[in-house]
Amino acid sequence: MKAFTYERVDSPQAAAQAVAATPGSRFVAGGTNLLDLMKLQIETPQHLIDVNRVGLDRIEDTDDGGLRIGALVRNSDLAADLRVRQRYPVLSRALLAGASGQLRNRATTGGNLLQRTRCYYFYDPAQPCNKRQPGSGCSALGGYNRIHAVLGASEQCIATHPSDMAVAMRVLDAQVETVSSQGSDRVIPIANFHRLPGDSPERDTHIEADEFITSVTLPPPPPGRQLYRKVRDRASYAFALVSVAAIVDAEGGEIRHARFAFGGLAHKPWRVEKAESDLVGETASKAAFDGAGDAVLIGAQGYGHNDFKISLTQRVLSGVLTEASAH
Amino acid sequence: MQMDQPAPPNALDANRQGHIGRGAERVDGRLKVTGRAPYAHEVAECDAPAYGFVLGADIAYGRIADIDISEAELAPGVLLVLTHRNAPKQAEFTKEGDDRFARPLPCLADDQVRHHGDAVAFVVATTFEQARAAAHLLRVSYEAKDGAYVFEDHIDQAFKPESADGFPPDSSTGQFEANFGQAQVQFDQTYSTPIHIHAQMEPHASLAWWEGDRVVVHCSTQFVESAQKRVDATLMLDKSQVRIVSRYIGGGFGGKLPVFADVILSALAARELGRPVKTALTRQQMFDLTTHRGNTRQRLRLGADKQGVLSAIGHESWSQGTPRYAFCEPAAVATRSLYAGAHRMTRQRTVALDLPVADSCRAPGEAVGLMALESAMDELAHQLEIDPIELRIRNEPGQDPEKKVPYSSRQLIACMQDGAKRFGWDQRKTQPGQVRDGRWLIGIGMSAASRGNLLQEAHAEVTLRPDGVLQVRTAMTDLGTGSYTVLSQIAAEMMGIPLEKVSMELGDSDFPPSSGSGGSFGAASSGSAVFEACTQLRAQLAEAACIDEAEAAFADGHISGAGKSMPMGSLAGKKGVIAKGMIKPGKMEESYSQQAYGAFFAEVAVDTESGEIRLRRMLGVFAAGRILNAKTARSQALGGMIWGVGAALTEDGVIDPRHGQFVNRDLAEYHVPVHADIPAIDAVFLPEVDDKTNPLKIKGVGELGISGAGAALANAVFNACGARIRDFPMTLDKVLVNMP
Amino acid sequence: MAARDGVAGMLFAVANDFEWTGDLLSVVLPKNSLRAWLRIDCWIKEAQMSRIESTEPRAAGLAVTMPCELSVNGGTWELEIDSRTTLLDALREHLLLTGSKKGCDHGQCGACTVLVAGRRVNACLMLALMAQGDDVVTIEGLPALAMGGESSQALATESVPLHPMQQAFLSHDGFQCGYCTPGQICSAVGMLAEARAGMPSGVSDDLEAMDAPLTGDEIRERMSGNLCRCSAYPNIVDAIKQAAQAQP
Repeated sequence: MKAFTYERVDSPQAAAQAVAATPGSRFVAGGTNLLDLMKLQIETPQHLIDVNRVGLDRIEDTDDGGLRIGALVRNSDLAADLRVRQRYPVLSRALLAGASGQLRNRATTGGNLLQRTRCYYFYDPAQPCNKRQPGSGCSALGGYNRIHAVLGASEQCIATHPSDMAVAMRVLDAQVETVSSQGSDRVIPIANFHRLPGDSPERDTHIEADEFITSVTLPPPPPGRQLYRKVRDRASYAFALVSVAAIVDAEGGEIRHARFAFGGLAHKPWRVEKAESDLVGETASKAAFDGAGDAVLIGAQGYGHNDFKISLTQRVLSGVLTEASAH
Repeated sequence: MQMDQPAPPNALDANRQGHIGRGAERVDGRLKVTGRAPYAHEVAECDAPAYGFVLGADIAYGRIADIDISEAELAPGVLLVLTHRNAPKQAEFTKEGDDRFARPLPCLADDQVRHHGDAVAFVVATTFEQARAAAHLLRVSYEAKDGAYVFEDHIDQAFKPESADGFPPDSSTGQFEANFGQAQVQFDQTYSTPIHIHAQMEPHASLAWWEGDRVVVHCSTQFVESAQKRVDATLMLDKSQVRIVSRYIGGGFGGKLPVFADVILSALAARELGRPVKTALTRQQMFDLTTHRGNTRQRLRLGADKQGVLSAIGHESWSQGTPRYAFCEPAAVATRSLYAGAHRMTRQRTVALDLPVADSCRAPGEAVGLMALESAMDELAHQLEIDPIELRIRNEPGQDPEKKVPYSSRQLIACMQDGAKRFGWDQRKTQPGQVRDGRWLIGIGMSAASRGNLLQEAHAEVTLRPDGVLQVRTAMTDLGTGSYTVLSQIAAEMMGIPLEKVSMELGDSDFPPSSGSGGSFGAASSGSAVFEACTQLRAQLAEAACIDEAEAAFADGHISGAGKSMPMGSLAGKKGVIAKGMIKPGKMEESYSQQAYGAFFAEVAVDTESGEIRLRRMLGVFAAGRILNAKTARSQALGGMIWGVGAALTEDGVIDPRHGQFVNRDLAEYHVPVHADIPAIDAVFLPEVDDKTNPLKIKGVGELGISGAGAALANAVFNACGARIRDFPMTLDKVLVNMP
Repeated sequence: MAARDGVAGMLFAVANDFEWTGDLLSVVLPKNSLRAWLRIDCWIKEAQMSRIESTEPRAAGLAVTMPCELSVNGGTWELEIDSRTTLLDALREHLLLTGSKKGCDHGQCGACTVLVAGRRVNACLMLALMAQGDDVVTIEGLPALAMGGESSQALATESVPLHPMQQAFLSHDGFQCGYCTPGQICSAVGMLAEARAGMPSGVSDDLEAMDAPLTGDEIRERMSGNLCRCSAYPNIVDAIKQAAQAQP
C-alpha cells in the first residue's frame, strides 16, 4: 500500500472541495472495495477523504411516492428498511444476496455503485489489463474468462460489474444525484451511470473525479411482483455468474408490465427495454419468455469459458418470469 | 514398544475413570474461544520483532535478469533487503533423504524461477506496512522461458515415480488385461479431479530469533522434527542449534507438513539483523509458495459378470508433479484393498509441470481416488440394475486381495447397512429424475469410505509432579485435531487422575520426538507413546509404593493395592518421577491389512433451470476402531465430509495455461464450502476395538471423512437428474450440458 | 503510544525513558495479572519498536504517521501509527490484542470480524483511522460486553466468566483449530443483534417479517461471511442456537 494522507470531512460540499483541492485524492466510505485494491496497489490514492460522517445516511420518502436514499446509507440498513422491504423488495433481496453480513454493514449505497470489477486479471498487478493500464492488453480475452461478460464487451475488456444492488436499481430506474466541487449538482439516470468498456475500459462510470454522490432516488415502485434471482457457484458469499432482477405485473395470464435487468453479463447492469415492451399484452408462456430472452441476448458472445452464461441466462429468465407472473 | 503382537487388555479397556470415549471438552478450548491461544505470528516471547515480507516471481519459469533494490532499501523503516545476490549461503537443494520435509529448502539461492510466486526477494522493516510497501518498490526484470503448465499437453511425458507417497507406484495381481478383455461386462471410464488448495484459515507464519548460535522459530507446522531438520540442514547448523515451536496451528490438512520460505527467510534475517523477525505469507502467496494437491486424471476399468461380481479391477492415475520433487498422488491406493477381484492392476504416474509444488493434501490418494472408484462402482451398479450397496456387498473380500493377509478389522458392510437405515435409503428411486421439489430434482447417492491406518515411531515423557499434576511432553502437534485433549484423556485414564491434572505440552522440538500430525497416524502414534510412558510410570510408582505391579490400581489420584492406598503425589519426591515411552511399527503392519472404513449417504437438489447443485443432507457412518473422544472424532469426520462436498461441488485451483499462475488465488474465487452450503450433516461411529493397530486399539479418523465423500454427491446428482459428471468439481455448467 | 489513564500513562513514560525498565517489568510482573490489565506488553513493544527504527537516511514522503485515538474494549488508546494501518493490524500489532485473526486480509474470510459501534465488520478492511470515534469490541472484550459493557480492561483470564456465545462454542465443540473462532463468535454476537432488530437475510421467506424465527437456514446464511476450513459449521450453528435461546 502506498502511503497516503488522511482527513475527515463533515459535509458533502466539503467532500467535493477536498477532492478537488488535493491531487490524487479519493473518497473512502465503507472502504470494502477501495482498501482491498489499495493493499494490492491497484488503487494508489495519495490522499484519502473519509466521508463517513458527512450525513447523507437517511432514507426519505419523496413527494412523488418514491424514496431518496442517502449515499452513505449502509447496504445492511438499506436492505432492512421497512419501506424498501415493502415497496422495493427486489432491492432488498438483491442487497441481501451480496457479500456478507460484515461487508454489508460497512458498504454504502454510493460505494456499491462505484465498486470495481472482480476480474482475476484486474486483481493481478503482474498481468496485462487495459482497465489498470490502458494499452497493456486484456488478459481475460484468451484467458480463463468463466466469470466474464457475454454482452457489451470489447476487444479491450470483457469484465463485468459485480454489484447485485446496481442490478436492482437498474430495474427500478434509479437516479443518481451528485454534487461537484464547483457546487453544481446533477442527476444521472442509473442506465447512464456505468459505462461499457469500449476503448476506454479504465473508466468504469460516467462520474467525474470531483463529483460526489449524495443520494440515489427511486421513482414510485411499478406494479407487479418483484424477484431477484442470483446464480452462483456456492450457496452464499460468492459473486453472481448470472443474476436477474425482475418485476412482472400479470393479470389472468396476460403480461401488463414487465421489467428485467441482469448482473454478471456485462460491464454494467444489462437491460433491454424492447424485450420488456414486446412482452406487454402477451400471454405468460415459455414461448413468450424465450422470446424475451432472445431479445435480451442479441449480440451475446462467449469467450471460451463463459459460453454457458448465454443459455443459462435464457433458462433463468424464463424461470423467473414464470414465477413472477404466476403470482 | 514395537507393535509386533496384538495389544493385550489394558487400563484403557477397563476405562475405570471413564475418560476414554467421553466427549470431553477440548482442553485448549477456553484459550481458543477467548482468542488467547497464540498462533505463530502472535507469540510474544521475545523482544519486538521486525516484519518480513516475501516477494514472489511474476513469471512461472525462467530467471531473474536483474533486480534493483535501491529504492526499496531507502524506503522508510526498511532494515534489510535479501535477494539471490546477498542471501546468506545455504545448503544445496537435494532429492536425497527419506523425509522430504527434512530436506534443505534454500531460498533466494540462485537466479532461477521455478514456478509462479517463487521467492525472489525478502524485505524486513520495522512495521508490516513498511515491509509490504518496500517490497512493491523492488524492480525485478525477468527472462521468461516457456514452461510446462498444461497437464493434458504433457501427459505423454508422464513417468513412473519411485514411490507414490510411500506406496509402490504399481501393483499387479493375476492377469488384468486378459481377464478384463474377456469379462461379460467391461466398464471403462475416465475421471478427473482438479488442483485442491488446503486453504487453512491461518496462513503460514513464522517468528524467528537467535539465542547465541541457536535459533528459535515459532511457526505453524504439523511435523516439528522435520521442520527442525529442514532448518538445520538449510542453514547448515547442528540439530541442537534449532528449536521449532508450534503450539497452536490454525489448520494444516497436509499443507503444513513442510515449512516454507517464510521460516527460512525469517531465520536468516533474524541472524543478519540480530533481532527477532516475523513473517506471514499473504493469502495469495499461500497458493504459490506452499504446496497443493495436484490434479489427477484417472482411468477406472472394471470387469464383472452380470451379477456384478468383479473379476478385474484396473485403476490408473496420472497426477501433477514438479520437476525437482518426486511426490505422486497415490490415487489408486484404496483400490488395492477395497473390493475383491482376482485380476488387479494399479498404476500411478507423475506429470511434471513448472507449477508450484504438489504434495500431500487431506487423505492423499483416497480423497481423489475414491471419487473415481466409488463413482465407477455406482455407474456399474446402475448399468447392471443392482443396488449400489448390494454391489459392494457382493464384492466384499475375505482378506486383503493383494497382500493376502487378513484385515485387522473391517465393517464396511455394517456401515453401509446402518447408514442405509438411518438415511432412508429405501426411499431412493432406482431411476434418475423421479423426484421433484418445485424446480429442483432431488437425488440420493452413497459411496464407501476407506482410509489406510498407520503407526509411526513416537516418543513421550511423563513426569508426576509432587503436586499430583502429570506433565506430559512430546513433540506432537494439534492442528484442531484434538491432540491436546485425546492425549490428556489417555494419560488421565492410565494414571487414574482427573483431566485437569494433566499438563499436556506439545509442539516443541525440545520435547521427545513424535510422529507429528499426518496420515491420520498422529493420535495412534503419539497416543501410544504416551500410553507406553504411563505404563512405565505405573511400574515405577508401583515399585516405589512396594505394590506388585499386577495388583496396582490407579484411580482418583491414588495408587492402591496390597491393602494400602496413597496419593500418587506422595511418591513423587521433590523432583517428581519421570518415565519415558515409545512406540514403533512392527510386524502387525505386515500381518494385517489396516484401514478404517465407512459409508457416505448424500441427498442433493439440482436446479433444473440453472444447474446449481445444493446439498440437502449428508450422513457418514464409520468404523474406525476405538473412539477416544466422541466430540472431537465426530468433528474430524464432519470436517472431512465437508471437504468432500467442496471437492465435489466447488473447489478448483485454476492455472492459466499461458503463464502458469493460479488465476483464482484468493478465498473469494477459490470456493471452499460456506455455512450455507452445509444444511444438515451428521457422522456416526459404530463400536469397534482393533487390537492389531496399536495399544490404544484405535484407528485414525482425521482423513476418513473425505475418503470417498465426493462420490456420494456425484452419485446423488446422477440419481437426481441423470447427469453423470466425471470431471470435478460438478459446477453448474457441467450439469447443464450433461442433463438429458 | 500512550494510554490515557494516569497510572498507566506514567508507567509508559518510565518504560519509554529507561530501556531496562521494560525488561524489569517483564520479570517483576507475571503475565495474566496486573501486567495484563495495564497492557504493559504493548508499551514494552512500542518502546522496543521505536528503538529499532533504522538510522539510515530515508526517502522523504513515503510514510505518513498520524495520531489515532481508538476506543477498544472499554479503554481508550492514543496511537501514533502509519496511516495505512488497518484496524486489524492496529489491534494485533500495536495493542497486542491478537484474538482477532488475519486469514486473508481482504475481507474474504471473516476471521478478523470485530464489533464496531455494535456492528460486526471485517477489521482488515477498515483503517484504524476510520475507526476513531466508534467503540470497538474484540473477542477479548466480549466477557465485559456480556457483563453489561462496563468499562474494563479485564481480559478473559481463567476466572472471568465467558460470554454466553463463547461458552456455547465451547460446549458444542464449535471449533477445531480455533483460528476462525474469534471471528465466528464476534460475528455471531453481531448477527444475533441484527436478527433481533428484525433485519432480514437472503433466505428470509417473508421479507417484511420483523420477528421471523432464527432457523438453522437463517443462521447459516447470516454466518456465511465466516469461513471455517476445519468445517466446524454444524457445531457452530448448534452453538449459536443455544446462545440465541439463552438471550431471549
